Amino acid sequence: MEHIVIIGNGISGVTAARHIRKLSDKKITLVSAETDYFFSRTALMYVFMGHMKFEHTQPYENWFWEKNKIELKKGFVHTIETKHNILYFDNGETLKYDKLIIATGSKPNKFGWPGQDLKGVLGMYHKQDLESLETYAPNNKVCQRAVIVGGGLIGIELAEMLHSRHIPVTFLVREASFWNGVLPQEESAIINREILSNGIDLRLSTNLKEIISDEIGQVKSVIIEETGEEIHCNMLGLTAGVSPNINFIRDSEIETGKGVKVNRFLETNISNIYAIGDCAEQHVAIGSRRPIEAVWYTGRMMGETVAQTICGNRLEYKPGHWFNSAKFMDIEYQTYGWVWAQPKEHEKRFYWEHKSGKKCIHISYDKNTHEFIGINTFGIRMRHDFFDRMLSKKQTIEYVLAHLCDANFDPEFYKLHEQEIVGKFNYENSTSIHLKKRSWKRIFKTN
Amino acid sequence: MKYLQNIGLALFLLGLTIFTSLIILGNYKLTPVVLDKVVKNKAIKSELFIEIVNNKIVNETFNEPFSFSAEIISAMEVANNAHKQNSEWNKIIWDKPNSFTYVFVKQAGQGIVKENKRLFWWLTFGLGILGALLYIIPNVIVKGPPGVKNNGIWFNAATNRGWIGWFVFVFLVGFYLLLYFCPNYIVNWTYLVDPISELLSGNLASQWFLYGFLYCVVMSVMALRMYIKYRHNKYQILRTSSVLFFQIVFAFLIPEILVRFEKPWYDFKNAFPLDYDFFFSWNLDQLIASGGLGLFILVWGILLTLIIVPVMVYFFGKRWYCSWVCGCGGLAETLGDPYRHLSDKSLKVWKIERWMVHGVLIAALIMTGFTLYSYFSGVATVLGIKVQTIQDIYGFLIGAIFAGVIGTGFYPIFGNRVWCRFGCPLAAYLGIVQRFKSRFRITTNGGQCISCGNCSTYCEQGIDVRAYAQKGENIVRASCVGCGICSAVCPRGVLKLENGPEKGRINSTEILLGNDINLMDLVNQK
Ligand SMILES: Cc1cc2nc3c(=O)[nH]c(=O)nc-3n(C[C@H](O)[C@H](O)[C@H](O)COP(=O)(O)OP(=O)(O)OC[C@H]3O[C@@H](n4cnc5c(N)ncnc54)[C@H](O)[C@@H]3O)c2cc1C
Ligand code: SF4
Ligand code: SF4
Repeated sequence: MEHIVIIGNGISGVTAARHIRKLSDKKITLVSAETDYFFSRTALMYVFMGHMKFEHTQPYENWFWEKNKIELKKGFVHTIETKHNILYFDNGETLKYDKLIIATGSKPNKFGWPGQDLKGVLGMYHKQDLESLETYAPNNKVCQRAVIVGGGLIGIELAEMLHSRHIPVTFLVREASFWNGVLPQEESAIINREILSNGIDLRLSTNLKEIISDEIGQVKSVIIEETGEEIHCNMLGLTAGVSPNINFIRDSEIETGKGVKVNRFLETNISNIYAIGDCAEQHVAIGSRRPIEAVWYTGRMMGETVAQTICGNRLEYKPGHWFNSAKFMDIEYQTYGWVWAQPKEHEKRFYWEHKSGKKCIHISYDKNTHEFIGINTFGIRMRHDFFDRMLSKKQTIEYVLAHLCDANFDPEFYKLHEQEIVGKFNYENSTSIHLKKRSWKRIFKTN
Repeated sequence: MKYLQNIGLALFLLGLTIFTSLIILGNYKLTPVVLDKVVKNKAIKSELFIEIVNNKIVNETFNEPFSFSAEIISAMEVANNAHKQNSEWNKIIWDKPNSFTYVFVKQAGQGIVKENKRLFWWLTFGLGILGALLYIIPNVIVKGPPGVKNNGIWFNAATNRGWIGWFVFVFLVGFYLLLYFCPNYIVNWTYLVDPISELLSGNLASQWFLYGFLYCVVMSVMALRMYIKYRHNKYQILRTSSVLFFQIVFAFLIPEILVRFEKPWYDFKNAFPLDYDFFFSWNLDQLIASGGLGLFILVWGILLTLIIVPVMVYFFGKRWYCSWVCGCGGLAETLGDPYRHLSDKSLKVWKIERWMVHGVLIAALIMTGFTLYSYFSGVATVLGIKVQTIQDIYGFLIGAIFAGVIGTGFYPIFGNRVWCRFGCPLAAYLGIVQRFKSRFRITTNGGQCISCGNCSTYCEQGIDVRAYAQKGENIVRASCVGCGICSAVCPRGVLKLENGPEKGRINSTEILLGNDINLMDLVNQK
């Protein structure tokens, strides 16, 4: 029986394993050094905040693996020997495979800051990071101030986590406005306000210069590049992005760049080895996507695809339209299609913001054809299916706005803003788009 | 703010302590006049009983309710035994000893509480309410801006099955045991609400009036907590207002007012088989005897169960009842909200749940079948079983132990919908309709789920919502009461409760939205 070994029990590895099991009865082994069972990394913050216990982050009950004949092996893979198809573990054990899927995810970036390996300096990626956090920042007595470096999604989550335990936080962000490399200035400004209104000391356009140690080798303070200011802290979070977790592969025969290089079939240069998830790097970026996509959804989709290939139906990885979501403190964010931080040459934008300053939508469309390109929404939930169809059918912004009621996904009885939104567009563009009533028929395609 | 909350907590605990200690306060002395009154009222025919009471109890002073009750019960037993030996069946006192005794204790009670009903109302209910409000209202500021604020729930001994949770458990179970089985020990509590009862129905308060009043008070206070916690969520606000309205008006005020006009006590929203004694002969007789209104109630009760309930479930899901109308649901969603995450989500418990809840439904139907057969045929025994016995067993096991003691008492241990999930026969019935013939579903928003598990954790019905959401499947489950909390706590906007066309309601797509269309088609074909 063919033995499929998967290194990494994150979303991509687990999805691959599940789908291979569904399609075949090959022997499957899931290897991980992090935890015995699959858990949802995205939920780590809720464990620290006391919303959930760690076991709640595990999407499958523990009996699931045995029942589905997916073997679990805990251990850290040290070397991949591609000639003889053997994995070497750091405790000396070995494991033979017929096909290997590398799904080792990411690790937090460190940019060679002086002092970056001190005690109390941590990333926020693995379960072990959460445990360190419990050691160095369990409450505001042990940790009188925490500093976070790097304004991305994980950084703001870490800020929220510490804030939930009433630990004062200073948040150093290199950019002039939060996450403005990804979000347009309007959305970015909303988040700046949200962070500040939660009492977090947000420092924009601020870089970390150096990390200072105390007598026992724990972080004591940080020095700021621009001003030379010293900020005392008991914990420092490094959340300046992630990069593929593939150091142990660098010396092998497998081709790597930033990540493990793969083609559209998620195959590496070695014929029986595949890479998926955060650690995979496309030779050529797909569409407007980046060569490395470190998000949950793409990991899952790659897992689904590679399972097909391994089970004899060689399939190209063809992600559909881009979508993503996040939550910034109390503000939910969803995006469908592309809304770049800076409009491209042929793009035009439409922006509406609610008077509360906590909700907005931002639509990008083609200046000439009016084709809908993408939408960002803050504080209003929207239907994925709706926008997926709009993008596939290349509908115009006028069409999208006229059918905006179909798109709304907020809970029942919520105040709706479609009328106001369409009104604003009509006013700005001297159009007369008429908002259509919500139709179940259209939403559920029952006709 | 914290300071204010601490004062609130202290006042609340003080009120609770006074309330609890009332049990042992006061004297009990049965005067001949009172004895006469009770004998007439209860139509007691046993001279022997009256004689024993006269000799041993009348004009004696007892300084707690326990020994007083014990004396009455022993008199009753002695008399009953004698009558049984002499086959004087009409003289036997058939009442349950403790409820029989209740009337005597209520009448015989004396002392500080009975003489200062209003003062003690303020010292118990008053302090409790004031304290609770002082504790709850500052949360508007303490918990930060509107939004999901479940911070620290799993660290708090009150909400993570810690010692406070167990303490509350013991307290609640104790309360229900007293209420259902020893009302004769809690007459002091009923004195507190006598003035209100007299105002409404003109009668002195029974233990059930006390319970009804307490229920409304607790729900109102905890509803305020819900309003604050979910002030960003209109669905939660409206739903909470609705259950509160139905509890206060339908379950509490209307029935009491009916009694004032000498009509039968009836809660118009309480549908059979939750209202399991609706078809009991005493109820049917009473309804038929009370003229037009009685007949209306009879027809309404039958229509409610057979037509209104299922039709509404077809259009809106069982939530219209369980989360918008029902009293049990109402308490679970207010007093029980802090415990919702304690429900068990495992597959094993789901199996147990299905056996239990449908088992209770079948038991209720069988019992009612026996009851109706005996009612129309006039026989007391069906298939060799006494109908009265079946009713008693059901009333004891399901009506009292399951719905009350376990249903509410276990909030801090098994979560807030223990009764609704494992025991309620009406929920089982609604669930069957919801699962097979309804427009209601929880729509999953394409591929947006990140499997974080907030939804499953906070589902009071123990539904593993994530298991569906992460596969892009809609959630269509018999047990979902449509509380909407899964949707509220989801950080990615994945879930929406809605009533749409039946077609495509259950969508088992294995591959999620987001992937290329070909792949989706390919996998979904299989
Ligand atoms: C705090 C946080 C929040 C996030 N929130 C979101 C979000 O809201 N939305 C979103 O789209 N994405 C989010 N992400 C990103 C998302 O979690 C990742 O894209 C996803 O988990 C990657 O999955 P993966 O399967 O590729 O790898 P991983 O989940 O990283 O799993 C890889 C596993 O392999 C193990 N491993 C690595 N090397 C070895 C070795 N040599 N031997 C043995 N085992 C090894 C690792 O220990 C790890 O357990 C978040 C990430 C973090 C850290
Ligand atoms: S599935 Fe959601 S709406 Fe239904 S009972 Fe559970 S939490 Fe409530
Ligand atoms: S809360 Fe939302 S994102 Fe999290 S598992 Fe449930 S549906 Fe998915």
